[in-house]
Amino acid sequence: MREITFQQALIEAMREEMLRDERVFLMGEDVGLYGGAYGASRGLFNEFGPERIRDTAISEAAIVGAGVGAALTGMRPIAEIMYIDFTGIAMDQIANQAAKVRYMFGGKARVPLVIRTSCGSGRSFAAQHSQCLEAWFMHVPGLYVVMPSNPYDAKGLLKTCIRDDNPVIFIEHKMSYKMKGQVPKEEYLIPLGQADVKRSGGDVTVIAISTMVQRALKAAEELAVEGIEVEVIDPRSLVPLDMESICSSVKKTGRVIVVHESVERGGPGAEIATRIMEEAFDYLDAPVKRLSGKNCPMPCSPVLEEAAVPQISDIIGAVKEII
Amino acid sequence: MALSKKDMVEMYRRMLLVRYFEEKVDELYGLGKIKGGTHLYAGEEAVAIGACAAIKPDDYITSTHRGHGHCVGKGGDPKLMMAELWGKKTGYCKGKGGSLHIADLSSNNLGANGIVGGGIPIATGAGLSIQMKKSKQVVLCFFGDGASNTGSFHESLNMGGVWKLPVVYICENNLYGMSVPAARACAAQPDIAIRATSYGMPGQVVDGMDVLAVYEAVRKAVDKARKGSGPTLIECKTYRYKGHSKSDPRAYRTREEEAEWQARDAILSFRKKLVEKDVLTEKEAERINNEAYEYIEASARFAEESPYPDVSELLEDVYVD
Ligand SMILES: Cc1ncc(C[n+]2csc(CCOP(=O)(O)OP(=O)(O)O)c2C)c(N)n1
Ligand SMILES: [Mg+2]
Repeated sequence: MREITFQQALIEAMREEMLRDERVFLMGEDVGLYGGAYGASRGLFNEFGPERIRDTAISEAAIVGAGVGAALTGMRPIAEIMYIDFTGIAMDQIANQAAKVRYMFGGKARVPLVIRTSCGSGRSFAAQHSQCLEAWFMHVPGLYVVMPSNPYDAKGLLKTCIRDDNPVIFIEHKMSYKMKGQVPKEEYLIPLGQADVKRSGGDVTVIAISTMVQRALKAAEELAVEGIEVEVIDPRSLVPLDMESICSSVKKTGRVIVVHESVERGGPGAEIATRIMEEAFDYLDAPVKRLSGKNCPMPCSPVLEEAAVPQISDIIGAVKEII
Repeated sequence: MALSKKDMVEMYRRMLLVRYFEEKVDELYGLGKIKGGTHLYAGEEAVAIGACAAIKPDDYITSTHRGHGHCVGKGGDPKLMMAELWGKKTGYCKGKGGSLHIADLSSNNLGANGIVGGGIPIATGAGLSIQMKKSKQVVLCFFGDGASNTGSFHESLNMGGVWKLPVVYICENNLYGMSVPAARACAAQPDIAIRATSYGMPGQVVDGMDVLAVYEAVRKAVDKARKGSGPTLIECKTYRYKGHSKSDPRAYRTREEEAEWQARDAILSFRKKLVEKDVLTEKEAERINNEAYEYIEASARFAEESPYPDVSELLEDVYVD
């Protein structure tokens, strides 16, 4: 199978959906000629032109809000917010409008809007350009929250999100864009709410989100040498969350670690761990463990930044502690 | 307050410090020695230095993602700035903030900002505080053309206008917000200053490549603000010489346009003026130039030799203890 980057996978997904459905369009800051801050729309401007690949002013509230309005009235917008940190500016439109319109209107409205955005540390961009904020959005009923960890998932999930009639926040880790992976030429879709077992093993379940999946896989490789078999599960979407796959892994291993980069307090790990306790308590042989970002803003200094998020060695350490 | 010769020489020196700082940073990024996001102010020096020359040490400024010039303008030390960019313990923010968040609170610089438009409401609030405390200070609020399209801009200028706050809103119109031309992002053309009418304050366009013109306009607005007669919006037409970021191929503008602006370089023309007006001899100008260059070289050495913060500092400074 051919290999493409995460960035190319996103471009292909949007391109295919734009060819398939003329209501699909992209708008955001520097998505046009520039091709997006992380190159995730490179080439689309030349192919589709400024009508459908729309540069906007620096106006996050209006980018998302115009997306809501366009979605309500028959278009299928993709709104790019350059960094997830800037969703704060658009939060009313995301949380009060996009997410709730359908419910407030008695199920009579649809908001087929995809908000694509980038998250994460790794580039010393400090506190306002490095956050993982998926938990903010998980807390808002009416939104789907999707976080792909490789090119294959990115493409299949983004296509599904574009076709879905609900508002989705699609979160791409900034350290993933250059990652290469196998992606078939043929069309495929990945349903939301379907976790993927990225590696199977019987000793410990590691539920990892976004770039933590690759770290968990590397940790699992090293642990396998010592005879410890780790099962790595990637939820892929946090809302909807595939508890069935998670619970069946827990039944097998009895030990679970949830790994994410976002800060620990009130993070996705809190939700996932609680759900496991509620739904698979009898199968647990140890308390569910969380391994996550430290409860502080992201620092600039590379040495501090590294210490702020789980590293491969931390995952190995946590696995050894739990068994 | 007319500028003394000494003031003008100091302005010239600070413009050079900014330029050499940015060139050094550009080089260090290229070498991979500094990580992180940085936006270079080269080309726009006349704005920050001219504007800051019109205020007193206890007046405030808010800065932007392109903030190195403002920091030097307000009296910041390039050594501590360079250390901050490098993520070192000796930097202005102990390496926690980096380029996007340099703040020198000791000189009443309320900080660079990673959020475009993020500083505009903060400047407005500092103005409110001054008004409530009757402390006679003023605030200079720097932001870009791109930032003028944020909701924060509109909400803040309106609030500042309604309450007649002592804030001078300084728009650095360098023609682009990242890759998007202001001409395509701002509905009202050709000037951002015309929006001042909507906020009940005067608006003015200034040549942002002329440090004395910037000084003069800001000085008048500062006098007005200090008297309690409310805010002003000043738009400085300027140009950033480098790409928005290191990886920017600058496909959205022409090399000819870049050359036209560089031909009007603010530092060179100011130097020429200083020599013509007998403020400096050629020789003195050259010495100041060389000293500025050397100071930046020394700043880079200081930053490189400084220690990184200790990992134990990670969880410090989150809350007031
Ligand atoms: C709210 C927000 N949106 C987008 C960005 C990304 N961004 C950083 S600088 C920039 C362009 C800003 O343009 P302008 O205000 O004109 O300032 P300039 O960079 O030209 O100095 C953009 C879009 C950001 N940092 N914050
Ligand atoms: Mg600009």
